[in-house]
Amino acid sequence: MTHLLDAVLELADDHLILGHRLSEWCGHAPMLEEDLALPNMALDLIGTARTLYDYAARLEGKGRSEDDLAFLRVEREYRNLLLCERPNGDFAQTMLRQLYFAAVMEPFWAAAVDSPDAVIRGVAGKAVKEMAYHVRHAGEWVIRLGDGTEESASRMKGAVAELHRFTGELFEESEASAALVAEGILPARAGLRGAWDRVIGMIFAEALLEVPEVPYPQTGGRRGLHGEHLGHLLAEMQYLQRAYPGATW
Amino acid sequence: MVSAEARAWSAAAAVPDPEVPCVTVADLGILRDVRLEGGVAVARVSPTYSGCPATAMIEMGIEAALRAAGFEARIERVLSPPWTTDWITPEGREKLRVYGIAPPEGAAGKRALFDDPVVTCPRCASTATRKISEFGSTACKAQYACTACGEPFDYFKCI
Repeated sequence: MTHLLDAVLELADDHLILGHRLSEWCGHAPMLEEDLALPNMALDLIGTARTLYDYAARLEGKGRSEDDLAFLRVEREYRNLLLCERPNGDFAQTMLRQLYFAAVMEPFWAAAVDSPDAVIRGVAGKAVKEMAYHVRHAGEWVIRLGDGTEESASRMKGAVAELHRFTGELFEESEASAALVAEGILPARAGLRGAWDRVIGMIFAEALLEVPEVPYPQTGGRRGLHGEHLGHLLAEMQYLQRAYPGATW
Repeated sequence: MVSAEARAWSAAAAVPDPEVPCVTVADLGILRDVRLEGGVAVARVSPTYSGCPATAMIEMGIEAALRAAGFEARIERVLSPPWTTDWITPEGREKLRVYGIAPPEGAAGKRALFDDPVVTCPRCASTATRKISEFGSTACKAQYACTACGEPFDYFKCI
Protein backbone atom coordinates (compact mmCIF):
# COMPACT_ATOMS: atom_id res chain seq x y z
CA MET A 1 0.00 0.00 0.00
CA THR A 2 2.81 2.42 0.81
CA HIS A 3 4.35 1.69 -2.59
CA LEU A 4 1.07 2.62 -4.26
CA LEU A 5 0.86 5.83 -2.21
CA ASP A 6 4.45 6.79 -3.08
CA ALA A 7 4.05 6.03 -6.79
CA VAL A 8 0.79 7.99 -7.01
CA LEU A 9 2.48 10.93 -5.29
CA GLU A 10 5.37 10.83 -7.78
CA LEU A 11 2.92 11.13 -10.67
CA ALA A 12 0.88 13.81 -8.89
CA ASP A 13 4.03 15.86 -8.20
CA ASP A 14 5.15 15.66 -11.86
CA HIS A 15 1.80 17.02 -13.01
CA LEU A 16 1.40 19.73 -10.39
CA ILE A 17 4.91 21.13 -10.76
CA LEU A 18 4.85 21.18 -14.57
CA GLY A 19 1.30 22.55 -14.48
CA HIS A 20 2.41 25.34 -12.14
CA ARG A 21 5.34 26.15 -14.41
CA LEU A 22 3.01 26.48 -17.41
CA SER A 23 0.62 28.67 -15.42
CA GLU A 24 3.48 31.13 -14.88
CA TRP A 25 3.10 32.06 -18.56
CA CYS A 26 -0.44 33.32 -18.03
CA GLY A 27 -0.45 36.97 -19.09
CA HIS A 28 3.12 36.76 -20.43
CA ALA A 29 2.88 34.55 -23.51
CA PRO A 30 4.22 35.92 -26.81
CA MET A 31 0.77 35.97 -28.42
CA LEU A 32 -2.86 35.77 -27.34
CA GLU A 33 -3.41 32.25 -28.70
CA GLU A 34 -0.50 30.96 -26.63
CA ASP A 35 -1.67 32.91 -23.62
CA LEU A 36 -4.82 30.78 -23.82
CA ALA A 37 -3.06 27.56 -24.77
CA LEU A 38 -0.51 27.47 -21.95
CA PRO A 39 -2.98 27.88 -19.05
CA ASN A 40 -5.28 25.36 -20.76
CA MET A 41 -2.46 22.83 -20.85
CA ALA A 42 -1.66 23.76 -17.22
CA LEU A 43 -5.29 22.97 -16.34
CA ASP A 44 -5.02 19.53 -17.92
CA LEU A 45 -1.96 18.79 -15.80
CA ILE A 46 -3.30 20.27 -12.57
CA GLY A 47 -6.62 18.46 -13.05
CA THR A 48 -4.74 15.16 -13.33
CA ALA A 49 -2.66 16.10 -10.27
CA ARG A 50 -5.81 16.85 -8.22
CA THR A 51 -7.33 13.43 -8.89
CA LEU A 52 -4.04 11.75 -7.99
CA TYR A 53 -3.51 13.81 -4.79
CA ASP A 54 -7.06 13.07 -3.74
CA TYR A 55 -6.36 9.35 -4.24
CA ALA A 56 -3.05 9.62 -2.38
CA ALA A 57 -4.76 11.34 0.54
CA ARG A 58 -7.29 8.50 0.76
CA LEU A 59 -4.55 5.85 0.49
CA GLU A 60 -2.59 7.54 3.25
CA GLY A 61 -5.68 7.67 5.47
CA LYS A 62 -4.24 10.23 7.91
CA GLY A 63 -6.84 12.89 7.33
CA ARG A 64 -4.70 14.96 4.96
CA SER A 65 -6.47 16.47 1.94
CA GLU A 66 -5.31 16.93 -1.66
CA ASP A 67 -4.53 20.56 -0.74
CA ASP A 68 -2.42 19.52 2.24
CA LEU A 69 -0.33 17.27 -0.02
CA ALA A 70 0.12 20.01 -2.62
CA PHE A 71 0.72 22.98 -0.36
CA LEU A 72 2.13 21.71 2.92
CA ARG A 73 5.00 19.44 1.91
CA VAL A 74 8.56 20.71 1.69
CA GLU A 75 11.03 20.48 -1.17
CA ARG A 76 12.68 17.20 -0.17
CA GLU A 77 9.27 15.51 0.09
CA TYR A 78 8.47 16.35 -3.53
CA ARG A 79 9.19 13.46 -5.89
CA ASN A 80 8.73 15.14 -9.30
CA LEU A 81 11.03 14.61 -12.26
CA LEU A 82 13.73 17.27 -12.54
CA LEU A 83 12.50 18.12 -16.05
CA CYS A 84 9.17 19.31 -14.64
CA GLU A 85 10.72 21.89 -12.32
CA ARG A 86 13.09 23.43 -14.90
CA PRO A 87 12.39 27.15 -15.27
CA ASN A 88 10.34 28.30 -18.25
CA GLY A 89 13.33 30.02 -19.87
CA ASP A 90 12.28 31.26 -23.29
CA PHE A 91 9.35 29.99 -25.34
CA ALA A 92 11.55 27.41 -27.09
CA GLN A 93 12.55 25.92 -23.74
CA THR A 94 8.96 25.78 -22.48
CA MET A 95 7.76 24.05 -25.63
CA LEU A 96 10.58 21.52 -25.67
CA ARG A 97 10.04 20.69 -21.98
CA GLN A 98 6.36 20.13 -22.75
CA LEU A 99 7.16 17.91 -25.72
CA TYR A 100 9.64 15.80 -23.75
CA PHE A 101 7.11 15.26 -20.95
CA ALA A 102 4.01 14.70 -23.06
CA ALA A 103 5.84 12.32 -25.41
CA VAL A 104 6.56 9.99 -22.49
CA MET A 105 3.23 10.39 -20.71
CA GLU A 106 1.15 9.66 -23.80
CA PRO A 107 2.45 6.07 -24.14
CA PHE A 108 2.55 5.79 -20.32
CA TRP A 109 -1.16 6.52 -19.93
CA ALA A 110 -1.99 4.54 -23.07
CA ALA A 111 -0.42 1.48 -21.41
CA ALA A 112 -2.19 2.25 -18.10
CA VAL A 113 -5.77 2.33 -19.44
CA ASP A 114 -6.15 -1.36 -18.56
CA SER A 115 -4.56 -1.06 -15.11
CA PRO A 116 -6.29 -3.14 -12.42
CA ASP A 117 -6.33 0.05 -10.29
CA ALA A 118 -9.61 1.89 -11.00
CA VAL A 119 -8.28 5.39 -10.27
CA ILE A 120 -5.16 4.91 -12.42
CA ARG A 121 -7.38 3.54 -15.18
CA GLY A 122 -9.76 6.51 -14.92
CA VAL A 123 -6.98 9.08 -14.97
CA ALA A 124 -5.25 7.30 -17.84
CA GLY A 125 -8.35 7.31 -20.06
CA LYS A 126 -8.59 11.09 -19.89
CA ALA A 127 -4.91 12.00 -19.71
CA VAL A 128 -3.85 9.94 -22.72
CA LYS A 129 -5.91 12.15 -25.03
CA GLU A 130 -4.76 15.34 -23.38
CA MET A 131 -1.11 14.28 -23.66
CA ALA A 132 -1.58 13.46 -27.35
CA TYR A 133 -2.88 16.99 -27.78
CA HIS A 134 0.12 18.44 -25.92
CA VAL A 135 2.52 16.46 -28.12
CA ARG A 136 0.84 17.95 -31.19
CA HIS A 137 0.85 21.47 -29.87
CA ALA A 138 4.40 21.49 -28.50
CA GLY A 139 5.68 19.41 -31.43
CA GLU A 140 4.39 21.91 -33.96
CA TRP A 141 6.15 24.73 -32.11
CA VAL A 142 9.44 22.82 -31.91
CA ILE A 143 9.27 22.29 -35.69
CA ARG A 144 8.23 25.89 -36.40
CA LEU A 145 11.02 27.33 -34.27
CA GLY A 146 13.72 24.78 -35.16
CA ASP A 147 13.09 25.17 -38.88
CA GLY A 148 12.39 28.90 -38.58
CA THR A 149 14.62 31.94 -38.53
CA GLU A 150 18.27 32.01 -37.55
CA GLU A 151 17.22 33.41 -34.16
CA SER A 152 14.46 30.87 -33.50
CA ALA A 153 16.67 27.96 -34.60
CA SER A 154 19.44 29.06 -32.25
CA ARG A 155 16.91 29.33 -29.38
CA MET A 156 15.61 25.84 -30.12
CA LYS A 157 19.14 24.37 -30.23
CA GLY A 158 19.84 26.14 -26.95
CA ALA A 159 16.75 24.53 -25.42
CA VAL A 160 17.89 21.04 -26.52
CA ALA A 161 21.36 21.68 -25.06
CA GLU A 162 19.77 22.80 -21.79
CA LEU A 163 17.05 20.17 -21.32
CA HIS A 164 18.13 16.93 -22.96
CA ARG A 165 20.24 15.90 -19.96
CA PHE A 166 17.03 15.64 -17.89
CA THR A 167 15.32 13.15 -20.21
CA GLY A 168 17.05 9.96 -19.00
CA GLU A 169 15.15 10.29 -15.72
CA LEU A 170 11.85 9.94 -17.61
CA PHE A 171 12.63 6.23 -18.03
CA GLU A 172 13.86 5.42 -14.51
CA GLU A 173 11.81 3.58 -11.93
CA SER A 174 11.77 4.41 -8.24
CA GLU A 175 11.51 1.63 -5.67
CA ALA A 176 7.78 2.37 -5.40
CA SER A 177 7.02 2.45 -9.11
CA ALA A 178 9.13 -0.68 -9.72
CA ALA A 179 6.96 -2.52 -7.20
CA LEU A 180 3.81 -1.39 -9.00
CA VAL A 181 5.24 -2.38 -12.37
CA ALA A 182 5.87 -5.84 -10.93
CA GLU A 183 2.21 -6.00 -9.87
CA GLY A 184 1.03 -4.86 -13.30
CA ILE A 185 -0.55 -1.66 -11.94
CA LEU A 186 1.75 0.80 -13.75
CA PRO A 187 3.54 0.37 -17.11
CA ALA A 188 7.33 -0.12 -17.11
CA ARG A 189 9.03 3.13 -18.05
CA ALA A 190 11.87 1.37 -19.86
CA GLY A 191 9.23 0.08 -22.27
CA LEU A 192 8.23 3.65 -23.22
CA ARG A 193 11.66 4.54 -24.57
CA GLY A 194 10.99 3.29 -28.10
CA ALA A 195 7.79 5.29 -28.53
CA TRP A 196 9.44 8.41 -27.10
CA ASP A 197 12.50 8.06 -29.34
CA ARG A 198 10.28 7.68 -32.41
CA VAL A 199 8.20 10.80 -31.74
CA ILE A 200 11.18 12.93 -30.74
CA GLY A 201 13.18 11.62 -33.71
CA MET A 202 10.40 12.41 -36.15
CA ILE A 203 9.87 15.93 -34.79
CA PHE A 204 13.60 16.68 -34.53
CA ALA A 205 14.12 15.56 -38.14
CA GLU A 206 11.53 18.09 -39.31
CA ALA A 207 12.82 20.73 -36.92
CA LEU A 208 16.41 20.29 -38.20
CA LEU A 209 17.55 19.43 -34.69
CA GLU A 210 19.93 16.72 -33.56
CA VAL A 211 19.50 14.43 -30.57
CA PRO A 212 22.60 15.22 -28.51
CA GLU A 213 24.88 12.88 -26.60
CA VAL A 214 24.43 13.39 -22.87
CA PRO A 215 27.69 12.78 -20.98
CA TYR A 216 26.20 13.57 -17.55
CA PRO A 217 22.51 12.66 -17.28
CA GLN A 218 20.75 14.49 -14.44
CA THR A 219 18.59 12.50 -12.07
CA GLY A 220 17.42 12.53 -8.45
CA GLY A 221 13.92 14.00 -8.41
CA ARG A 222 12.36 10.70 -7.36
CA ARG A 223 14.63 10.66 -4.31
CA GLY A 224 13.74 14.25 -3.39
CA LEU A 225 17.06 15.62 -4.69
CA HIS A 226 16.08 18.72 -6.62
CA GLY A 227 17.74 21.66 -8.32
CA GLU A 228 17.75 25.12 -6.82
CA HIS A 229 14.63 26.11 -8.78
CA LEU A 230 12.03 23.92 -7.05
CA GLY A 231 12.33 25.76 -3.73
CA HIS A 232 11.56 29.07 -5.42
CA LEU A 233 8.58 27.56 -7.21
CA LEU A 234 7.20 26.11 -3.96
CA ALA A 235 7.76 29.38 -2.11
CA GLU A 236 5.48 31.13 -4.57
CA MET A 237 2.96 28.30 -4.99
CA GLN A 238 2.63 27.59 -1.26
CA TYR A 239 2.78 31.18 -0.03
CA LEU A 240 -0.92 31.61 0.64
CA GLN A 241 -1.36 28.39 2.64
CA ARG A 242 1.82 29.06 4.59
CA ALA A 243 0.91 32.66 5.41
CA TYR A 244 -2.79 31.99 6.08
CA PRO A 245 -3.02 28.34 7.20
CA GLY A 246 -6.30 26.71 6.26
CA ALA A 247 -7.42 29.60 4.02
CA THR A 248 -10.27 28.66 1.68
CA TRP A 249 -12.58 30.46 -0.71
CA MET B 1 -47.60 8.69 -14.04
CA VAL B 2 -43.97 9.69 -14.31
CA SER B 3 -41.64 7.78 -11.98
CA ALA B 4 -39.66 9.73 -9.39
CA GLU B 5 -36.44 8.59 -11.06
CA ALA B 6 -37.59 9.95 -14.44
CA ARG B 7 -38.54 13.22 -12.74
CA ALA B 8 -35.11 13.46 -11.12
CA TRP B 9 -33.46 12.78 -14.48
CA SER B 10 -35.50 15.53 -16.19
CA ALA B 11 -34.57 18.05 -13.48
CA ALA B 12 -30.85 17.23 -13.69
CA ALA B 13 -30.77 16.86 -17.47
CA ALA B 14 -32.08 20.39 -18.05
CA VAL B 15 -29.07 22.04 -16.33
CA PRO B 16 -27.14 24.13 -18.89
CA ASP B 17 -23.37 23.92 -19.28
CA PRO B 18 -21.96 27.06 -17.60
CA GLU B 19 -19.38 27.67 -20.37
CA VAL B 20 -21.59 26.76 -23.32
CA PRO B 21 -25.11 27.53 -22.06
CA CYS B 22 -26.80 26.58 -25.33
CA VAL B 23 -26.37 22.90 -24.45
CA THR B 24 -27.44 20.97 -21.37
CA VAL B 25 -25.40 18.48 -19.38
CA ALA B 26 -27.52 15.74 -20.99
CA ASP B 27 -26.78 17.06 -24.52
CA LEU B 28 -23.05 16.92 -23.74
CA GLY B 29 -23.35 13.41 -22.34
CA ILE B 30 -21.60 14.33 -19.10
CA LEU B 31 -24.67 13.46 -17.00
CA ARG B 32 -24.40 9.67 -17.01
CA ASP B 33 -27.49 8.73 -15.03
CA VAL B 34 -29.62 9.64 -12.03
CA ARG B 35 -30.72 6.90 -9.66
CA LEU B 36 -32.74 6.91 -6.46
CA GLU B 37 -30.83 5.22 -3.65
CA GLY B 38 -32.77 5.08 -0.41
CA GLY B 39 -34.66 8.25 -1.27
CA VAL B 40 -31.53 10.16 -2.33
CA ALA B 41 -31.12 11.15 -6.00
CA VAL B 42 -27.58 10.16 -6.99
CA ALA B 43 -26.38 11.86 -10.18
CA ARG B 44 -23.28 10.43 -11.83
CA VAL B 45 -21.26 13.03 -13.74
CA SER B 46 -18.19 12.65 -15.97
CA PRO B 47 -15.88 15.66 -16.40
CA THR B 48 -14.95 16.68 -19.95
CA TYR B 49 -11.29 17.53 -19.35
CA SER B 50 -9.16 16.63 -16.32
CA GLY B 51 -8.85 20.24 -15.26
CA CYS B 52 -12.13 21.66 -16.55
CA PRO B 53 -12.81 24.55 -14.15
CA ALA B 54 -16.54 24.22 -14.86
CA THR B 55 -16.74 20.73 -13.32
CA ALA B 56 -17.48 21.98 -9.80
CA MET B 57 -20.05 24.49 -11.10
CA ILE B 58 -21.77 21.80 -13.16
CA GLU B 59 -21.98 19.51 -10.15
CA MET B 60 -23.39 22.32 -7.99
CA GLY B 61 -25.91 23.19 -10.71
CA ILE B 62 -27.14 19.60 -10.92
CA GLU B 63 -27.36 19.25 -7.15
CA ALA B 64 -29.30 22.54 -6.90
CA ALA B 65 -31.69 21.48 -9.68
CA LEU B 66 -32.37 18.16 -7.95
CA ARG B 67 -33.03 19.88 -4.63
CA ALA B 68 -35.32 22.42 -6.33
CA ALA B 69 -37.27 19.45 -7.71
CA GLY B 70 -37.73 18.18 -4.17
CA PHE B 71 -34.99 15.54 -3.95
CA GLU B 72 -32.22 14.95 -1.49
CA ALA B 73 -29.25 14.90 -3.84
CA ARG B 74 -25.70 13.59 -4.10
CA ILE B 75 -23.17 13.85 -6.95
CA GLU B 76 -20.77 11.06 -7.89
CA ARG B 77 -17.85 11.97 -10.15
CA VAL B 78 -17.15 9.18 -12.64
CA LEU B 79 -13.78 9.04 -14.41
CA SER B 80 -14.11 5.65 -16.04
CA PRO B 81 -15.03 5.16 -18.83
CA PRO B 82 -13.69 8.57 -19.82
CA TRP B 83 -15.99 11.10 -21.48
CA THR B 84 -15.40 11.59 -25.18
CA THR B 85 -16.94 13.99 -27.68
CA ASP B 86 -18.68 10.92 -29.17
CA TRP B 87 -21.11 11.21 -26.23
CA ILE B 88 -22.47 14.59 -27.41
CA THR B 89 -25.97 13.84 -28.71
CA PRO B 90 -27.07 14.73 -32.27
CA GLU B 91 -29.36 17.42 -30.79
CA GLY B 92 -26.42 18.75 -28.77
CA ARG B 93 -24.28 18.97 -31.93
CA GLU B 94 -27.02 20.87 -33.76
CA LYS B 95 -27.44 23.30 -30.82
CA LEU B 96 -23.68 23.94 -30.80
CA ARG B 97 -23.69 24.69 -34.53
CA VAL B 98 -26.63 27.10 -34.27
CA TYR B 99 -24.85 28.81 -31.35
CA GLY B 100 -21.80 29.37 -33.57
CA ILE B 101 -19.52 26.60 -32.27
CA ALA B 102 -18.48 23.96 -34.81
CA PRO B 103 -19.28 20.53 -33.30
CA PRO B 104 -16.53 17.88 -33.17
CA GLU B 105 -15.87 16.15 -36.49
CA GLY B 106 -15.66 12.37 -36.78
CA ALA B 107 -15.02 9.79 -34.09
CA ALA B 108 -12.72 10.55 -31.18
CA GLY B 109 -9.19 9.18 -31.03
CA LYS B 110 -8.77 8.49 -34.73
CA ARG B 111 -6.31 11.24 -35.57
CA ALA B 112 -2.71 10.86 -36.63
CA LEU B 113 -0.04 13.06 -35.02
CA PHE B 114 -0.27 16.10 -37.31
CA ASP B 115 -3.39 15.30 -39.26
CA ASP B 116 -6.04 18.06 -39.01
CA PRO B 117 -9.77 17.31 -39.39
CA VAL B 118 -11.90 19.11 -41.97
CA VAL B 119 -13.98 21.54 -39.92
CA THR B 120 -17.20 23.00 -41.29
CA CYS B 121 -17.94 26.69 -40.66
CA PRO B 122 -20.98 26.87 -38.32
CA ARG B 123 -22.21 30.06 -40.04
CA CYS B 124 -21.91 29.47 -43.79
CA ALA B 125 -21.27 25.69 -43.88
CA SER B 126 -18.11 26.12 -45.98
CA THR B 127 -15.33 23.60 -45.41
CA ALA B 128 -12.74 26.20 -46.47
CA THR B 129 -11.63 26.79 -42.91
CA ARG B 130 -8.23 27.07 -41.25
CA LYS B 131 -6.97 26.47 -37.74
CA ILE B 132 -5.80 29.56 -35.86
CA SER B 133 -4.86 27.81 -32.62
CA GLU B 134 -5.08 24.36 -31.04
CA PHE B 135 -6.55 25.98 -27.92
CA GLY B 136 -9.46 28.38 -27.59
CA SER B 137 -11.21 30.23 -24.80
CA THR B 138 -11.80 26.99 -22.88
CA ALA B 139 -9.95 23.68 -22.72
CA CYS B 140 -12.61 21.98 -24.84
CA LYS B 141 -12.34 24.34 -27.81
CA ALA B 142 -9.87 25.28 -30.57
CA GLN B 143 -9.91 28.45 -32.67
CA TYR B 144 -10.67 28.36 -36.37
CA ALA B 145 -11.50 30.91 -39.06
CA CYS B 146 -13.61 30.52 -42.22
CA THR B 147 -11.89 31.68 -45.38
CA ALA B 148 -15.23 31.80 -47.25
CA CYS B 149 -17.28 34.09 -44.98
CA GLY B 150 -14.33 35.49 -43.07
CA GLU B 151 -15.73 34.71 -39.60
CA PRO B 152 -13.54 33.35 -36.81
CA PHE B 153 -15.24 30.64 -34.75
CA ASP B 154 -14.72 28.12 -31.96
CA TYR B 155 -14.38 24.43 -32.79
CA PHE B 156 -15.35 21.88 -30.13
CA LYS B 157 -12.20 19.72 -30.07
CA CYS B 158 -12.68 16.10 -30.94
CA ILE B 159 -11.24 13.93 -28.16
